Amino acid sequence: MKDQGAPPEASVQVSSKSVEDRRLRLVNRTMQLYRNEAHALIETLHAVQESFGYLEEDVLKYVARTLRVPLSRVYAVATFYHSFSLKPPGEHTCVICMGTACYIGGSGAILDALREGEGIVSGETTSDGKVSLLVARCLGSCGLAPAGVFDGEVTGKLDSEHVLERIGRWRGHEH
Amino acid sequence: MKIHPRKNVRSDLNPSRLLTFRIDERVVSAHEDESILSVARQNGISIPTLCHLDGLSERGACRLCIVEVKGVARLLPSCVTFPRQDMEIITASERVVSYRKKILELLFTERNHVCAVCVSNGHCELQNLAVELGISHVRYPYLYPRLAVDASHSRFSVDHNRCVLCLRCVRVCDEIEGAHTWDIMGRGITSRVITDLNQPWGSSETCTGCGKCVQVCPTGALSEKGKSVAEMIKRRQFLPYLQMMRGRQDESWPK
Amino acid sequence: MNIEDLHQIARIEKSKQEGFQHQIHVCVAAGCLSCGSGQLKEALEKEIARRGLDTWCRVKGVGCLGLCTAGPLLSLETAGIFYQGVKVSDVSDILEALGGAPVERLICPVNSAFFRRQVRIVLENCGRIDPERIEEYMAESGYGGLALAVSQMSPTEVIEEVSRSGLRGRGGAGFPTGLKWTSVAKASGLTKFVICNADEGDPGAFMDRSVLESDPHRVIEGMAIAGYATGASQGYIYVRAEYPLAVKRVRLALFQAERMGVLGNNIFNTSFSFNIKVRLGAGAFVCGEETALIASIEGRMGRPRPRPPFPAEFGLWEHPTLINNVETFANVPPLIRKGGRWFAGLGTEKSKGTKVFALAGKIMNTGLIEVPMGTSLRDIVFDIGGGIPRGKEFKAVQTGGPSGGCIPGQFLDMPVDYDSLAKVGSIMGSGGMIVMDESSCMVDVARFFMEFCMSESCGKCAPCRVGTRQIYDILCRITGNLSGPDDLAMLEDLCDLMKSTSLCGLGQSAPNPVLTTLRYFRDDYLSHIHDKRCLAGACKAAREVA
Ligand SMILES: Cc1cc2nc3c(=O)[nH]c(=O)nc-3n(C[C@H](O)[C@H](O)[C@H](O)COP(=O)(O)O)c2cc1C
Ligand code: SF4
Ligand code: SF4
Ligand code: FES
Ligand code: FES
Repeated sequence: MKDQGAPPEASVQVSSKSVEDRRLRLVNRTMQLYRNEAHALIETLHAVQESFGYLEEDVLKYVARTLRVPLSRVYAVATFYHSFSLKPPGEHTCVICMGTACYIGGSGAILDALREGEGIVSGETTSDGKVSLLVARCLGSCGLAPAGVFDGEVTGKLDSEHVLERIGRWRGHEH
Repeated sequence: MKIHPRKNVRSDLNPSRLLTFRIDERVVSAHEDESILSVARQNGISIPTLCHLDGLSERGACRLCIVEVKGVARLLPSCVTFPRQDMEIITASERVVSYRKKILELLFTERNHVCAVCVSNGHCELQNLAVELGISHVRYPYLYPRLAVDASHSRFSVDHNRCVLCLRCVRVCDEIEGAHTWDIMGRGITSRVITDLNQPWGSSETCTGCGKCVQVCPTGALSEKGKSVAEMIKRRQFLPYLQMMRGRQDESWPK
Repeated sequence: MNIEDLHQIARIEKSKQEGFQHQIHVCVAAGCLSCGSGQLKEALEKEIARRGLDTWCRVKGVGCLGLCTAGPLLSLETAGIFYQGVKVSDVSDILEALGGAPVERLICPVNSAFFRRQVRIVLENCGRIDPERIEEYMAESGYGGLALAVSQMSPTEVIEEVSRSGLRGRGGAGFPTGLKWTSVAKASGLTKFVICNADEGDPGAFMDRSVLESDPHRVIEGMAIAGYATGASQGYIYVRAEYPLAVKRVRLALFQAERMGVLGNNIFNTSFSFNIKVRLGAGAFVCGEETALIASIEGRMGRPRPRPPFPAEFGLWEHPTLINNVETFANVPPLIRKGGRWFAGLGTEKSKGTKVFALAGKIMNTGLIEVPMGTSLRDIVFDIGGGIPRGKEFKAVQTGGPSGGCIPGQFLDMPVDYDSLAKVGSIMGSGGMIVMDESSCMVDVARFFMEFCMSESCGKCAPCRVGTRQIYDILCRITGNLSGPDDLAMLEDLCDLMKSTSLCGLGQSAPNPVLTTLRYFRDDYLSHIHDKRCLAGACKAAREVA
């Protein structure tokens, strides 16, 4: 490990908006917990993702400077791991499990239905910015396959109709 | 990345043993911390490599340098495997050679290697390997990805269609130049080398413009602008020297 | 904290529990929570308080009760009754029935094979203790193994006990745990690390998650014992970020263990010190591979590196490092308490002890089970698992996830142990067991796993990076009835190439699902290729063409 002294300049202004500073608090706390050492990168990115909803470019630069990690390495780590997103999420998020149990239980058909019924493809956000659709690799709720997460709430034994209806409600139209 | 057993240890404190073993029926001797690849080359036995480059850390990734060792079921990458007393190494068995061909063919299918229109035509390591291994046609379907060419840098350009992801550029930039402008984004088949925050090379704040990455690139992926095909011969004999002089392998960013 | 204190806490806790005539256990593991067991528990508590029953009846949140499909689950510890699919509206009926005849309509048949056939070591406390209270773990002899090890055994004796037990790693490859501990103990260096691999990347497996959610202290105790035996004083638990509840419970458990003094400095008044930190994964299957996991803890991309050197001598931050799976560590405390010989008495000749499996897919009783090694597949699927629902025909059982294989009906009587599974081309893996019925097309299943490996491949080595993509393309062509005459041969050729030349276990074992389905379900392939028809009627394109 490298000997890490004080970070170069921890008070870099990320944005003039004061709201942002509040969101940075969790990020700063995480980095300080690890004394701004480079190995805190993944934990810090988790903190950024949690407080900003995604990895904003300015924040990535700030993290890189504070932890003394090369910019390209920060980007490399951010894109290697699928938990991180570089795009702002939609208002709501729907995660469909594509683990083995859920796939065998028919989650592929749910994704097909979403594509056909709502025109949403996994990994993307609807054009109205309302819904982001993601796929997961097993939520650990295989007993309830097919499973999904609607805005953080795990729901089991899904079927296409149920999912289409919930998404339709989010987007403000009925089926 | 440091490869074990460590190099650069003080020989009086950590005497390294001299071993004798066989490579292709020939009896050779070497220190225990010299890789099989380097011992073979010192003895005039050639083993094809792609990710290995004298003067850079080892990655063991391209798998072209695999060899067979008697009594070991797995094939071992010779660039990161160290000899043992009485080991029997076979560098060019039929099995190994056929795997090497297939791996190289896979690399040809991965991106768009259209040699006829490439600046490195004639000086390309990938091309040379294909000749060396006797590849006349590729048995797997081409994947034809649509990849960008970034010519934003004033002196160099990067053509991702020719990149084989050997990461020599990433290593030289980090280990020798010390800039770490390059790294690799994404994973698996979608991996791609990037500069800084995946921005145009020309806008990179960290690139010193030294051109070392261009010199180490085995293919036409990284090239100097305005050079004709004949001029695109790469110079890299300075690398082992710089590696030794800078001696910063111990604190480089592992790949 | 000394040993007396530990016994004292256990005694107080026991007598407190005995004070209640009835204890209602509500499962609050992730599965049941997602069917509303949280609200159910609250409703029960409120109703009990309203009726003034709180002096003799207590509601307790417990870890996984096993039968995840039937959730939310309740168990009445004293009466030995299980209720399934309980709703908030059932609360008053349940309370009224306490001490009398149980509520018929909710009863879950307890004496069914699902509960009867299991032998619980790792899961002994699952569903019985509150995972958020360390005292309850202590009341079940928790931390007794650690106390015994540090105060009465030398590190070598601890390792000998583990070796004698014949315990093999539960993370997949089945490497003898005693041997691994010995090499870390022998490795030179003053700083050593212990890492618990809780990355559980196999999609369809949830054993490690359940253990961490239901009995986190057991894993912590196992790690501390390993630290004592190998000479490490710092541990890491690497947990998937997809398991927020497990992360929360582990963090809480660590906090409690530190406060109680069973972690930290001078544990049980000895010179042994041990601390544990939690590290979060970030959605990469390959980070289950040990060198990639280490890279990830160090804050880098999770790309494996060639081994040797093995982590045992050259691991986290270049120090000797022990890496074991959650379940491996969970086996350690009882093994130390009861002795290696006791443990070796369970299981088969070469596979000792029990194994936790996550049963899922087309099976009646989905959930978590623990059986002695060597139990036959038939017993697991048809007896414990209750067979295939809707009268469908059994087709295959998949073990080992993306690195494992699909086992056909002809091997149903095979004992489940490391070596038998390897013999039929699969692996034990971490314990996911997915049952498939006749409606699954095995080419499609192979395609599913190859898609997984393709998107999880780290991309470091050429054979895996490009090979997974090429194989995936071929499988897509076959399921889409667009395959050419050479595709089958090319498939076999690429599988062989990847197995022999890939850098890490992911690439080396990614062909297994393809190879086993080719071997046992070749008709599924041939029908797609020659008749342009999906035998199982599962593949869409095939149906359209037909
Ligand atoms: C691609 C890949 C994924 C793996 N995933 C896991 C995993 O999710 N959990 C696990 O415990 N071991 C996993 N392993 C195995 C680990 O590398 C390692 O062998 C194991 O944690 C050792 O623990 P054990 O000896 O207790 O089994 C994986 C291996 C590979 C090659
Ligand atoms: S750009 Fe050249 S040096 Fe860099 S990874 Fe690609 S082929 Fe290798
Ligand atoms: S086998 Fe696959 S996952 Fe493993 S190192 Fe190679 S590319 Fe990465
Ligand atoms: S496979 Fe979907 S929750 Fe496990
Ligand atoms: S040269 Fe050895 S693996 Fe590439």
